[in-house]
Amino acid sequence: MTNPNNATISTVHTAEFTSGHALQIPTLRILQDDGSIYPGAEVPQLDQATALKMYDSMQFIRILDERMLAAQRQGRISFYMQCLGEEAATVGSAAALDDKDMIMAQYREQGALRYRGFSLEQFMNQLFSNEKDLGKGRQMPVHYGSKDIYYMTISSPLGTQIPQASGYAYAQKLRGLKNTTICYFGEGAASEGDFHAGLNMAAVHKAPVIFFCRNNGYAISTPANEQFKGDGIACRGVGYGMKAIRVDGADILAVYKATQMARDYALEHEEPILIESIAYRLGAHSSSDDPSGYRSKEEEELWRKNDPISRFRLWLVKQGWLNEDEDKTKSDALRQEILDALKVAEKVAKPGIEHLMSDVYETPIPLLNEQLEELKAHIRKYPDAYPVTAGRFE
Amino acid sequence: MAKMNMLQAINNALDLAMAKDDGVVCFGEDVGHFGGVFRATSKLQEKYGKARCFNTPLTEQGIAGFANGMAAQGMKPVAEIQFADYIFPAFDQIVNETAKFRYRSGNEFNVGGLVFRTPYGGGIAGGHYHSQSPEAYFAHTPGLKIVVPRDPAQAKGLLLAAINCPDPVIFFEPKKLYRASVGEVSEEYYEIPLGKAEVLQQGKDVTVLAWGAQMEIIQKAVDMAQAEGISCEVIDLRSIQPWDVDTVAESVMKTGRLVINHEAPLTGGFAAEIASTIQKKCFLHLESPIERVCGLDIPYPLALEKEYVPDHLKTYEAIKRSVNF
Repeated sequence: MTNPNNATISTVHTAEFTSGHALQIPTLRILQDDGSIYPGAEVPQLDQATALKMYDSMQFIRILDERMLAAQRQGRISFYMQCLGEEAATVGSAAALDDKDMIMAQYREQGALRYRGFSLEQFMNQLFSNEKDLGKGRQMPVHYGSKDIYYMTISSPLGTQIPQASGYAYAQKLRGLKNTTICYFGEGAASEGDFHAGLNMAAVHKAPVIFFCRNNGYAISTPANEQFKGDGIACRGVGYGMKAIRVDGADILAVYKATQMARDYALEHEEPILIESIAYRLGAHSSSDDPSGYRSKEEEELWRKNDPISRFRLWLVKQGWLNEDEDKTKSDALRQEILDALKVAEKVAKPGIEHLMSDVYETPIPLLNEQLEELKAHIRKYPDAYPVTAGRFE
Repeated sequence: MAKMNMLQAINNALDLAMAKDDGVVCFGEDVGHFGGVFRATSKLQEKYGKARCFNTPLTEQGIAGFANGMAAQGMKPVAEIQFADYIFPAFDQIVNETAKFRYRSGNEFNVGGLVFRTPYGGGIAGGHYHSQSPEAYFAHTPGLKIVVPRDPAQAKGLLLAAINCPDPVIFFEPKKLYRASVGEVSEEYYEIPLGKAEVLQQGKDVTVLAWGAQMEIIQKAVDMAQAEGISCEVIDLRSIQPWDVDTVAESVMKTGRLVINHEAPLTGGFAAEIASTIQKKCFLHLESPIERVCGLDIPYPLALEKEYVPDHLKTYEAIKRSVNF
């Protein structure tokens, strides 16, 4: 018999609903709070150099976030978003990938970006939208991107990267590349139509993409229980006919293990996979947000004890791979380096006026050249009103 | 040369593009084995395989997002939106993503090579949701190129240029002409440059301008006016963005009069942009107000479609108003 409905028909003769919570997915945890391994848990294959690179990336982001939020408060940059509490989720997943796997992030994944090798100077140039910014100063702070390290430039609209990741991964497959695409998004963005579109397209067309949902409990102020009614996000993957796993997003070994398995599976079977990471957004949504208006200090404190970095640090120390005194010295030095880099980047000039018009099209259309000439003439007439560009062009 | 209707010319263009470049991939709703509801992608799956010509789930935002991702990887997706009336679920992907991909990344990434093909326009008793002409919404978004062909030979050359273009293109196909417009088309690969209007007929009294399916409408009106001794210059704009200001301005400097026709509603339509630019460029040459012959400012109707459309008679009247002002 044909199956035009693409649905398994097993007949019953008594009317009975399937519960909306029939599918409950367990959470993978490997690392305990004290840095020991859960009995029976399998530690992923991880050499010392990789483990330390992961740790350094987490520390880097923690300190950068702290410093740059302060810089925003001082009025030195316009906006900032912290990764606080989700360093393990972003670094652990990126570490499990090949360097040429594409990363399509939402905006809070600077951990993945740092792990890939984005330099301190590159971070600063973007945050200060100066002329050395790869994005030519066109987007708000934290909208990073770099072709060289396969990190797609961030765009603010939520969830748009999800169907794009499906298309990108499909193209990788058609090209015969042995690479995957990882796509990060929050549990809030999973309410966007693009989530449905992207997961369904990837499943139907067998695109080797890893959907990585950072369920961090809040979409700005809206808690997850006002965002959806199902059991988290992972179960939705099953609805689209793809494998899914839920991990403790503050447990970097669990995140690493799950992503490694997902990557292998996606490439071997040319299929998408959904990973749901459960963590807590310890910071505000952004520098423009104040969580005291929607959640309690007590709740935050509870989750602060679940800190992903200290948990990993304890494990590294137990392994004999990290010395706590040296670690402290290194962190202090990093604080200074960040401050120095900040001072350099904020003095670098803004992009030149020609970059208003470049890259709208590959070659500016005549109208844009015309508008640029008119604008220059106007600025020449009122140079004091346009101090950033006046005097910097012929 | 071969005799082809517009669908055959489009199909032939896609065939040549797919043969020439492995990166060209066609997809959309019903585009696979069935060849699309209008059959523009007929036989392409059989020829190039399911991986390069396929059906998608019913999700325009998914089609557009998927196309953005493929193009960002370096392929050349030709994505079909079954009717331009259904492009709006993809509006965010097109306006916020496709159009800004190169700019927002500082040229780190781009989606050049991406083409959205979509049938637009009325005249097929399609009512509100199978008749709209949404070009002006997209013309308001920097970063997109917008093209509308008038006949089979134009459709083929412009589509091949769009696929080969380093910028993303929305290619609006006049569905009324899919089978109705038949002409001689070269079977070879050729491109017609984007951004260039074409002067189809020289004249000295008035410039009459349109694009796509409205070209045959204005031609009828022009023939009526010519019979009364009015000499008309006829221009097919072909590209809405970028549009060929110089060709239109040059013509209006000569004739001193301009009549613009489009099927989309008057208010905020692309004729307004043309009229505004031309009055500035040609102010001292203008002999009469620029006339706009457009759709009414109502949803596209069904039973009273004839009354709605900017037909040849309305255009003829506008030509006379312009000349007799």
